[in-house]
Amino acid sequence: MQEAAFANNAEWLKGAGNASDVVMSSRVRLARNIAGFPFTPQASRVDRAQILEACKTRILNMQTQSPTRFMWIDLHKVQREDRDLLVERQLMSRQHARGKLSDGQGGLDEPRGVAVLIPDERVSIMVNEEDHIRLQTMKSGLALGSCLSEANTYDDLIENGLDYAYHPRFGYLTACPTNVGTGLRLSVMLHLPGLKMSGELEKVRRAARDMGLAVRGFYGEGSESPGEFFQISNQTTLGKSDEMLLREMEQDIIPKIVGYERAARQNMLANRREILEDQAWRALGTLRYARSMKTEEAMELLSMTRFGVLSGLIPDIAIDQIHTLLLATQPMHLQRTLGQALTQQQRRTARADLIRKKLAPPENESPVARDA
Amino acid sequence: MLCECGKHEATIHEVIITSDKRKVERHLCEFCAREQGVSADPYIPIDQLISATNYIMGQALTQPADADAKGDQGMEPAHAKKSAPSAPSPKSPTSCVGCGLSFAHFKKHGLLGCPACYQTFCDRLGPMIERAHEGGCNHVGKVPKRALQSCKARGDQSQIETLLGDIRQREERLETLRQRLAKSISDEEYEKAAMLRDELTRLTTLASVQVEPRPMGESIESQQSS
Repeated sequence: MQEAAFANNAEWLKGAGNASDVVMSSRVRLARNIAGFPFTPQASRVDRAQILEACKTRILNMQTQSPTRFMWIDLHKVQREDRDLLVERQLMSRQHARGKLSDGQGGLDEPRGVAVLIPDERVSIMVNEEDHIRLQTMKSGLALGSCLSEANTYDDLIENGLDYAYHPRFGYLTACPTNVGTGLRLSVMLHLPGLKMSGELEKVRRAARDMGLAVRGFYGEGSESPGEFFQISNQTTLGKSDEMLLREMEQDIIPKIVGYERAARQNMLANRREILEDQAWRALGTLRYARSMKTEEAMELLSMTRFGVLSGLIPDIAIDQIHTLLLATQPMHLQRTLGQALTQQQRRTARADLIRKKLAPPENESPVARDA
Repeated sequence: MLCECGKHEATIHEVIITSDKRKVERHLCEFCAREQGVSADPYIPIDQLISATNYIMGQALTQPADADAKGDQGMEPAHAKKSAPSAPSPKSPTSCVGCGLSFAHFKKHGLLGCPACYQTFCDRLGPMIERAHEGGCNHVGKVPKRALQSCKARGDQSQIETLLGDIRQREERLETLRQRLAKSISDEEYEKAAMLRDELTRLTTLASVQVEPRPMGESIESQQSS
C-alpha cells in the first residue's frame, strides 16, 4: 500500500488537464455551518468541541469510493510541523493552522480539524475554521466543473447526517456575509509569466478586480506571488446560482485570461526569442548548479523554467516534475523529507541539493551538442 | 552519508514510524531505493509525511459514494437541542436574540455570531449584503438536498417554508428571476437567459408551488436561431 501510494502525485500537481499551460490547478470551496450552533468565532469551547465531534464522526463514516479514504487530523493535538505541512500542501488555510480567527480570537489549542481524501488529496474538509465546515476540491488544469460536481457530492453526503444553517432568502448561512448564499468560491491558480514580462499583468489584475474577482498570491489571502503564480476567484456568492458562477468563471473569465497570457507568450517568443531563451536557460542553470537557495528564489526560477519548458525552449523536463519541486522545496516539506529540523541556512542548502539532484542534466546533454 | 550498499551517496532518506511507534530510518542511494521499491521522487503522499500517530483513517468501502444517501440515520438535528432562530423583533434590535452579538461588534469585526443574526439584523444587513454581492439579495441555487427531501416526504409544510420561504416569498423570488430573464433576453444575453430559465424551472419544481414559469423562457431558442 505504501509503495503504491508513492506512485500517486497529488491530483493538482499533475500539470494535466484543460489549459494546463496557464491554469496550474482549479479549486472549489463550499462554506457550510451546522444549524443550532453559533458560528465558530462566537462559539464557546464546548460548542466547538461538539461541532468538531459531530463533523469528524460524519466525515469518517462517509462511504468513499475504494481505494480512497478520509484521513482525519485533530489540529489542536498535533505539532506545528504537521500543521505547516498541510498549509504548504494547500489542504488548509494558514488561519486554520494558527487556530486564530480573523477577529483575533482563538489559538493553537482551539478544537479544530481537517480531513484529507487519500491518496490523491483532491478533497479536504476543514472543521471549525471561520465556518464550521469548509469543503474544498482541487484538480489539475481548468476543471472547475468537475471540482464543483465532486464538492456537491461530498456536501450532500455530509448533509445526510447534519442539518445545515440555511435561510430561504440568504441561502447557506456563513459567519461572514460575503460568503453567504451559495457559500461557493471558485478559484484557479494561474501562471502568468507572459503577462508579467510584457507589462500587462497590472491591467489584467485591474480588469479582474473590476469584474468583482479577487486576485491573490500562491498561498491565498495576504500572500505574495513569487514566480508569477496568482489565484483568481469569485467574490459574489449571492444572487447567482452555482451553475451561473461556474459558467462565468470557466467559460468566460478564465478562458479570456488564458487567451491574453497565450497571446503575450507568443508575442514575446516571436519578438524576443533569444532573450527569453537566455533567461529560461539561466534559470535552469541556476537551479542545476546553485548551492544555496531561498524558497522565493526557487519559486521564481522554477516559474521561469516552467515557462521555458512550455514554450519549447527547454526540452526533457516534465511539468509535473516542476510542480512537485514547487511543493517539495517548501520549508516544512524539506525538513520532513530529510527527517530532521533544519536551520534557515541548512534549509537553503538542502533545497539547492534537492533541486540539483532532481533537475540534473541528462548525461548526453552539453552546451556544445546544443549549439551543433 | 553512504547508502546501505556502501557504494553511493545516500540521497533518499526514509523515516518510518512503525505500528509500535518505533522510528526506523533508512538511507539509500537512488539505485537501491529503486530496487527496494522506495521512490526517488521528491513527492511523498501526505499520509506518509504526517506523523503516523497524529491521524486516523476513515473506511474505504466498495459501495458507490451515493449509496450513503440511503439508510443513514444522521445525528440528532442540532437545533433540537438548542433554540431555533427566533423571529425578528419589530424594532431594530441592537443585539442578536440567538447569541447576544451586538451589531456594533459585527460592524467592527465583519463576522456574524450565529444563523439567527441574519434574521435579527435583517433590515440593516440586507443593504450591506446587496452591496457586497453586486446587487444580489436573494439566494439562487442549491438547497440542502436531504433536508428538503425529508420534509417533502413527511409533508411538513412549515419545514419546507423554513427552507424555501413561504408562498409569497417564493413568488417574489420567481418574479425577480422572471424580470432578470426578460432583461437578459432583451440584452441578447442568451446563455445567461437559458441559465435563468433553468433556475426558474428548478425553483418552481423544488416545492409543490403551483406557480408556472411564464412562457418567455421558451422563446430563447427561437430568438437565438433567428
